Amino acid sequence: MRRKRSHSILTHAALILVVFLLLSPVLIAFVKSTQTRAQIYHFPPVLGFGTSIVQNYKTAWNEFHLGTYMKNSFIIATAVTVAKTILSMLTGLALVYFEFPLKNVVFYFILFTLMMPTQILIIALFSLISDFGLGNTYAALIMPFLASATGVFLFRQHFSSISPHLADAARVDGAGPVRFLWSVLIPMSWNTIAALALIQFIYMWNQYLWPLIIIRQNARQVIQVGLRSMTAQQDVTNWGVVMAGAIIAMLPPLIIFILLHEQFTKGFVLGKEK
Amino acid sequence: MHQARFKGRLIPFLFMAPTLAILVLFLYYPVFQTFKLSLYRVAFLGLRKKFIGFANFVDLFKSSAYLHTVLITLLIAGAIVVIGLSVSLAISVLANQKVRGARVYRLLLIWPYALSPAVAGVIWLFMFSPGFGIVNYLLSITVHIEPNWLGDPYLAVILIIVVSIWKNIGYNVVFYLAALQNVNADVLEAAAIDGAGPWRRFRSITFALLSPMTFFLLITNITYAFFDIFGTVDIMTKGGPIDGTNVMIYNLYRDGFQYYKTGFASAQSVILFVGVIILTIIQFRTSGKRVYYGGA
Repeated sequence: MRRKRSHSILTHAALILVVFLLLSPVLIAFVKSTQTRAQIYHFPPVLGFGTSIVQNYKTAWNEFHLGTYMKNSFIIATAVTVAKTILSMLTGLALVYFEFPLKNVVFYFILFTLMMPTQILIIALFSLISDFGLGNTYAALIMPFLASATGVFLFRQHFSSISPHLADAARVDGAGPVRFLWSVLIPMSWNTIAALALIQFIYMWNQYLWPLIIIRQNARQVIQVGLRSMTAQQDVTNWGVVMAGAIIAMLPPLIIFILLHEQFTKGFVLGKEK
Repeated sequence: MHQARFKGRLIPFLFMAPTLAILVLFLYYPVFQTFKLSLYRVAFLGLRKKFIGFANFVDLFKSSAYLHTVLITLLIAGAIVVIGLSVSLAISVLANQKVRGARVYRLLLIWPYALSPAVAGVIWLFMFSPGFGIVNYLLSITVHIEPNWLGDPYLAVILIIVVSIWKNIGYNVVFYLAALQNVNADVLEAAAIDGAGPWRRFRSITFALLSPMTFFLLITNITYAFFDIFGTVDIMTKGGPIDGTNVMIYNLYRDGFQYYKTGFASAQSVILFVGVIILTIIQFRTSGKRVYYGGA
């Protein structure tokens, strides 16, 4: 018994140490985001909270336009999350509950896109979007990401695990596929929907390379590239304001993650274990 | 896959049409264009194009600078994958112990999943700044050194690796913890009764049972190290110093969008694309479909 207790104290100690190490960069960033320039450049470093918290966050939000960037990121992340979830669900519905010619071809056609990360297509994608005259628009940031194999296969897998008799029953009752999706499948799919929403929102919120290339107007730029411009002139950088920007930028995905991480595990991670 | 339940041949295509259209327009067509452009020399802004066959590829393979870029990429990716996965597995085993507050610990270990490579880069850039960064202060009062982290190519590579590992630990731990929870406790107990020590039990039972998950994480971590690292590199080093952290995706961006060598950059895209294809084939050969999307 005693051995067990000392073992558990050791485990707690080790876990607390690891948690602290993982957390410390963000804790430091938060503390520094409250300090004035003088407090940051002071030697030895000031480790307590500073006196500039309101000022720093205000400056980041207004003078460095983080308010605008946050709004833009929020618009594109929400639009992609909602639209991609719906489109993936419809495709999953077609693949599981319908029989149609060339079904295998369609399946592999979608499957192969797993091998096409957007990052390696940026050259061609840039000229395509420019040819459409869509540079500097939300459409440029949203459209290329509206469909993905991950979303389709997540729903396909989940729908396949639902008893087929439900669809029979629905058909006998005279319900069409859309009605069946709405009143039977969706209520049974919240874990999958939440998991996909979390993956997509964080993925879109953290977009960096593509917006950096395609958006040349501050009014349409996203938060990650906004952060980049804050650090551009290092020598004169007010790091307290930059850290305030980093904290602001990480909050929305962090909140979504904290709210949905259990559904994410049930709807996505455990799917890898079956 | 069970039998289809609804009738109609056109309706399913109606449901799939938006998804398929997006995939054709924004993935398949750009892939085709990338291959095509890689065979051309394109003048600034694409005004003039000249077919040059495989000359871009020949230039790339003959360039010692590009070879250096490839080696740096492999080095950084290898370190992120091997060290990152080992650390993540150790943390997951620790977090899988039955202690009070396990759920809270779990959340406190996986949250970095939500961080972006750029945010990670900004915070660490500040922490490791010479002069006023907290890390050099701690090093100077303990071991009396103040390395110039971003001024030395080797140190910059190490820094990029450490930041990237830190940022990806949350992702790895989510998956490893889920896999660990499915490791049957009875088997471990039986092995313990048979006299297998903790290390032996871990190596021949837990680690073996985790191998499909390790393989899945191997692939996702390689992709992360090759592509998502861009944000961290761009914020922290811009590929420097003296091209020390100029990884393949960064070199591609520079050639494509700073030097406007469209054809040359497209050839680099093709090389990366071939890499992804090889990786995918290995993945399907080794573990079938279950790695990517479970038992579907």
